[in-house]
Amino acid sequence: MAPPASGLNRRRLALGAGRLALAAAIAAAVFVGLGLVRDPDGPANLYAFLLDLLGQSTVAAGLRDDGIDPLHAKLTIMVIALAIGVGGVWALFAGLNSLVDLLGQTWSRRIRPYMFIGPAVFMLLVYLVVPAVATIVASFTEKGAPEKTWGYVLTSPEMWMAFRNNLIWMVVGTAGSVGIGLAVAALFDRIKREALAKVFIFLPLAISMVGASVIWRFMYAWQPEGETQIGLVNAAWTALGNEPVALMQVSSPPVNTMALIVIMIWLQTGFAMVILSAALKGVPSEVLEAARSDGANERQVFFRIVLPMIRGTLIAVATTVSIAILKVFDIVYVMTGGRFETEVIANRMFTEMFQFRNFGRASAIAVVLFVAVVPIMYVNIRNLRRQGIGK
Amino acid sequence: MTAISRAGGAGGGSGGRGHGSRVVRRFVGRLPLRAAVILITVAWSLPTAGLLISSFRPANDIRTTGWWDALLHPFEAATQWTLANYEAVLSADGMAGAFINSLVVTIPSVVIPITMAAYAAYAFAWIRFPGRSLLFAVVVGLLVVPLQMSLVPVLRMYSAVDLNGTFLGVWLAHTGFGLPLAIFLLYNYISQLPVDLFESAAIDGASHFQVFRRIVVPLSVPALASFAILQFLWIWNDLLIALVYLGTTEAVAVMPAQLNELVGTRGEAWHILTAGAFVTMVVPLLVFLGLQRYFVRGIVAGSVKG
Repeated sequence: MAPPASGLNRRRLALGAGRLALAAAIAAAVFVGLGLVRDPDGPANLYAFLLDLLGQSTVAAGLRDDGIDPLHAKLTIMVIALAIGVGGVWALFAGLNSLVDLLGQTWSRRIRPYMFIGPAVFMLLVYLVVPAVATIVASFTEKGAPEKTWGYVLTSPEMWMAFRNNLIWMVVGTAGSVGIGLAVAALFDRIKREALAKVFIFLPLAISMVGASVIWRFMYAWQPEGETQIGLVNAAWTALGNEPVALMQVSSPPVNTMALIVIMIWLQTGFAMVILSAALKGVPSEVLEAARSDGANERQVFFRIVLPMIRGTLIAVATTVSIAILKVFDIVYVMTGGRFETEVIANRMFTEMFQFRNFGRASAIAVVLFVAVVPIMYVNIRNLRRQGIGK
Repeated sequence: MTAISRAGGAGGGSGGRGHGSRVVRRFVGRLPLRAAVILITVAWSLPTAGLLISSFRPANDIRTTGWWDALLHPFEAATQWTLANYEAVLSADGMAGAFINSLVVTIPSVVIPITMAAYAAYAFAWIRFPGRSLLFAVVVGLLVVPLQMSLVPVLRMYSAVDLNGTFLGVWLAHTGFGLPLAIFLLYNYISQLPVDLFESAAIDGASHFQVFRRIVVPLSVPALASFAILQFLWIWNDLLIALVYLGTTEAVAVMPAQLNELVGTRGEAWHILTAGAFVTMVVPLLVFLGLQRYFVRGIVAGSVKG
C-alpha cells in the first residue's frame, strides 16, 4: 500500500467497517428472528415485548397468557421470515465483502472471487456432494448391508414391480407427452389463434402434481353400477354401455398405472409442445417450399424433412421428460401410495425412508435412481453438444 | 380487343365466383383442422374445468350429480352455487394457514439461491481465479444428481443439528438443490453480457462488488425473473421436500402437504378437495397468466434440469 493512497484507504476501511457492523447487526437480528420463527408462541412474545417497551405491561401480560390469533401469529411469522431470508442473504454478502476489504489490496483481490462463489460452493458441498457420497457409502455399510440393502433392491418382488412400472411409465409417458406435444405443435402451427390455443395445453404446467392428482382423482371417481357417475371418465364409459371401472381401488395390473400415466402426460405435453413448436418455426420455409415444388405431399414434407431437422430438439425434450418421469413420486404417492400394483422407484424409496426408517435400503434405491439417470443424461448432453449448445 | 374484354369479363366473373367458392372450400377444408384444435383444447381443459365448477357447488350436488349438470341450468344461482366450500377449506381444513406457510417457505427459498447463484455466476463468468473451470464443471455436473441422493444424509444431518421441521431447514434445502440449475442458467446469461461494459467499469475503478450490483444485476433482470419463476413454481408445488424436512403439522404444513392430508382424511368429501385443490393452484395460475413470457422462457431454459 503506497503512502499517498492511505487517506483513501482509511476512508474505505472506515466505510467497510461500518458496513461490517451493519451486517453483523443484521446477522444478530436474523439469529433472534430464527428463534422467533421456530417458537409457536414467538409472535405473541414479540408483541408482548414491544408492548412492554411502550409501557403497556398489563396488555403485554394478557398477550403472554392468552397468545394471539393463530392466523395473526402466522402473518407475523411470515413477515419475520421474509426479513430473515432476504436480509440474511444480503448481510451475508455485504459482510463477507467488507471483511475482504479489510484484508488489504493484494489479498482482497485474491480472496474476492472465492467470496463470490463461496456461499454457493459451500451449499453445494453440504447439500449435494457430501450427501451423494454418503448415500453411496450408506447403501453398502448400513446394518445388514449388502444383503438387506442391495439384496432387497435387486431381488424383492416390490422392487421388481417398481422397476416394471417405471419402465412402463418411461416408455408410455415419454412417448405420450412428446408424441402428443409434437402433434399439437404441428397442428396449432396452422391456425390463426395459435397463442390462445397453446395456453390451454400449457396451463397444467403451472399446477402441482398434488393438485393434478386431485383433479384426476375426481375425473376417475367411481360409483357402484346403477348410481349416477360423478367422475367424467366413468360417466362417459357407462354412457357407452359399459360397467363402471373402479380405478385405483383394486389391482388390475396395467390399467391403474396407465391411468396414472395419463395424469403425467396431461401435465407434460405443454412442455413438449412449447419447445417443439419453437423448433418447428425454426425450420426455414424455403426448404419446405422447395420440397413441395419438387412434388412432395404434406405427409412426406413432415416426416422426411421437418422431423429430421428437429431431431435434436426431439431428443432433448424426450430425455428431459423421461428423467422427470423416472423420478415420479407425487402422483403415485397421492393417488395410491404405491398400492394396487402401481409402485414406482421414488415412492418405494420414500416408503422405506419415512415409513420403515430403513435408511440403508432407501440409500440403495436412491443410488439406483442415480444410476438410471446417468445414461439418459449422457444422451442428453451428447445431443446438446452436437447442436453446439453447452460447449 | 373484344377478346381481351370478354376474357377479362369472363375472368372477372369466374374469378368472383371462384373466389367465393375458394373461400368456402378453404373453410370446409380447414374444418377438420379446426375441429381437431377445438377438441384438443377442450379435452385438455375439461379436468380443470370440472374441478373449478365443482368447487362452487354444494356438497350434496357434487355427490349426487355430475358437475356438467350444473352447466345445463347455470343461472339458478341461489341454489346451485356456493362459496361454503372455500369457507370450510380455508378455516376448518387449515388451508389458510397452509397458504401462509407456503409463502413463508417459498419466498426465501427463491431469493436465497438466486442471490448466491448470481454472485457465483458473475465470478465464474468474469473473474479469473485458480480452480475456476474445475469448480464450474463440478457445478454443472451436479445437475445430473437426483435430489433423492441427498434425502437421507441431509435428514440425518438435520436430526443432529435440530433443523427438522423448521422453515430455515427447508429454505436451505431448497437453496442447495436449486443452486446447480440457478448457477448454470445465470452463467449462460451473464457470460453473454458485452465485454466493453466490464472493461469501462474497470477503467473507472469500480470494484467487482460495485460492478455486480450496479451493472450485472440490473442487466440480468430477464434471466433472474425467468429463474425466479421456475424456482417459485418448483417450490410452491413441491411435495417431497416438504414432507421430508417440514412435515405435516399445522404450524408448518405447506399447501401440497395439506392437500395430500385432505385426500387421506377426507377422500370422499369432494366439495373440500375441489376447493382445496383450487386454492393451491390460484397463485401459480396468476403468475402464469400475468408473466407468461418469463414463464415460458423459464420453462424452456430450465429444461436441462436433471
